[in-house]
Amino acid sequence: MTRISRGLYCSLPVLAALCALPAAAEEVMFVSQGGAYQEAQTKAILDPVAEKLGITVKQDSSPDAWPVIKTQTATGQPIWDVIDTPTKDCVRGGQQGMIEPLDLAKLPNLAAMPADYRTDYSVAYEFYSSVLAYSTQAYGDTPPQSWADFWDVEKFPGPRALRNHPLATLEAALMADGVKPQDMYPLDIDRAFAKLEEIKPYITVWWSSGAQSAQLLADGEVDMEMAWNGRVSSIAKEGAPVAFTYNQGMLQFTSLCILKDAPNLDTAWKFVNAAMDPEIQANFPAYIDYGPGNPAAYDTGKISPERAAEMPSAPANASRQVLVSTDWWTSPEGEEVLKRWAEFIQQ
Amino acid sequence: MTATSPDPSKLHDRRETRLVLMLLAPALLVVAGLMLAPLGWLAWQSVHQDGSLSLAHYARFLTDSIYATAFLQTFRIAFTVTLAALLIGYPIAYLAATVPRAWSLLILAAVLLPFWTSVLVRTYAWLILLQRRGLVNTLLVNTGVIDQPLTLVNNEFGTVMATIHILLPFMVLPLYAAMQKIPPELTMAGASLGGRPGMVFRTVFLPLSVPGAIAGSVLVFVLTLGFYITPELLGGGRAFMVSMLVARNIEIYNEWGAASSISVVLLVCVVLVFRLASLLLPFDRIMGTR
Repeated sequence: MTRISRGLYCSLPVLAALCALPAAAEEVMFVSQGGAYQEAQTKAILDPVAEKLGITVKQDSSPDAWPVIKTQTATGQPIWDVIDTPTKDCVRGGQQGMIEPLDLAKLPNLAAMPADYRTDYSVAYEFYSSVLAYSTQAYGDTPPQSWADFWDVEKFPGPRALRNHPLATLEAALMADGVKPQDMYPLDIDRAFAKLEEIKPYITVWWSSGAQSAQLLADGEVDMEMAWNGRVSSIAKEGAPVAFTYNQGMLQFTSLCILKDAPNLDTAWKFVNAAMDPEIQANFPAYIDYGPGNPAAYDTGKISPERAAEMPSAPANASRQVLVSTDWWTSPEGEEVLKRWAEFIQQ
Repeated sequence: MTATSPDPSKLHDRRETRLVLMLLAPALLVVAGLMLAPLGWLAWQSVHQDGSLSLAHYARFLTDSIYATAFLQTFRIAFTVTLAALLIGYPIAYLAATVPRAWSLLILAAVLLPFWTSVLVRTYAWLILLQRRGLVNTLLVNTGVIDQPLTLVNNEFGTVMATIHILLPFMVLPLYAAMQKIPPELTMAGASLGGRPGMVFRTVFLPLSVPGAIAGSVLVFVLTLGFYITPELLGGGRAFMVSMLVARNIEIYNEWGAASSISVVLLVCVVLVFRLASLLLPFDRIMGTR
């Protein structure tokens, strides 16, 4: 609609000079998860996109966008346009009619991306990984390298921590029990919980926030744990004697999706397409240890081979990991696991 | 109630009550708007599912073992914390109420200073003290008391320890208030009648300090029931309290109705605790208004 009305104005020569103004006033409200992550992507993605498209990118942040998505769409007056959030929010939101279905015709930059990296409602925006992290002081030259090692309390003694959440934890348990990455989904839930019972007595902490997981390892409260790669590398950079391996990591991504009937819908599509541009995506590693969602970013030459080796989504690292299946985790089975997890933790 | 004809002083009392109510009206309106309305909305949510009246959220208490376990653990922790706080708080309050003024101020300062510090700060301080390479374990290992560090935190023990410390002022202050009101002449009279210190304490001082003990215990018990930050940070996933059940229902399951029903049940529990306390002693005496 704005495009048509702009066309009308422009047909009047007297107003031609004004045409530049409405174009510059185009804007989009982008919502992310705040903190250092949002600061990094402002420099890496948001500012370059705003410049490239000549639009204004307004920002909001919400550590847990899901309740807000529900509220905004329930009132029929969404304020947000584009959301950066865990993929499952986009998918269940889409299923409940709160998220725009992905229109590939408007997103040419997605054409070359692997189909696994998108859902009907979302596209992978940046990658992180749940990895096996350990204290270099405790294990020296022979650190644990697999989930089987994590479960081996004889060979690798010491207190351990896992996340107080089944996602990625069940996958790790299954790999420790010998399940191959390609046979992972659908998860064998009974088998995973049985394996978790084995390690439960050795788990000192079931952590509930990323900051907590980093603290546990830095303080020496645990000798190994599952943690997000960016959290581990940031304390390693500060000098903590910790390291991690991408072996058998659980590759996860947060996604971009657009709120149903977003106030700036047209601009939102343009924004998402530009944000997925390989050249712009390649900016990510310069600012944060999370990998670009578009693998073509690694072919732009902007990311050095050394830096690429540190990225969870770099092809060489991605192939050693399991891509967490959002489809499975948003299925009724996946929802049911959350309840079973609560019981497992309590007993 | 007993007088059949209004005597002047009663009339005066009533007029005063009316004046006080008028002065209180704005505050009461704010409380009604900001507290009662959301509480009502909460209760309303708890008896609805998918837009129609339903008791499904309450039925969960009977069918879902997580609920019972969380409530049991919460009450067990609250009971332990209250008992420990009473045992620790009583001698502190006794000292503060009986020693000379200067010492008493010092003791009260020691109670109040931590009280004015953020709960978050004090919780993390306990983490630093109790963790595997924390102060306590390092000291014990270095002095040879133990060989292996003890697991002091990231469990129920650590949670209880920190909660006791955080809530101790709520025990000491009502106790101190009650003890301060006990006239020293009474214990002196007891002693002059031949009572030994122990007996005087048991028969004179202790009974008179009971209202303070009940007030403090009720406060600590009720506050522990709703504790969230401390068990979340120091529980290591093992201290699973009702507040965390509420949080999880909203954050993970997005079940506002379930969260509301838990809150309503917890509220009922709290009211019952107060009711029980008021049966033991008249309520205004417990709250120290008389």
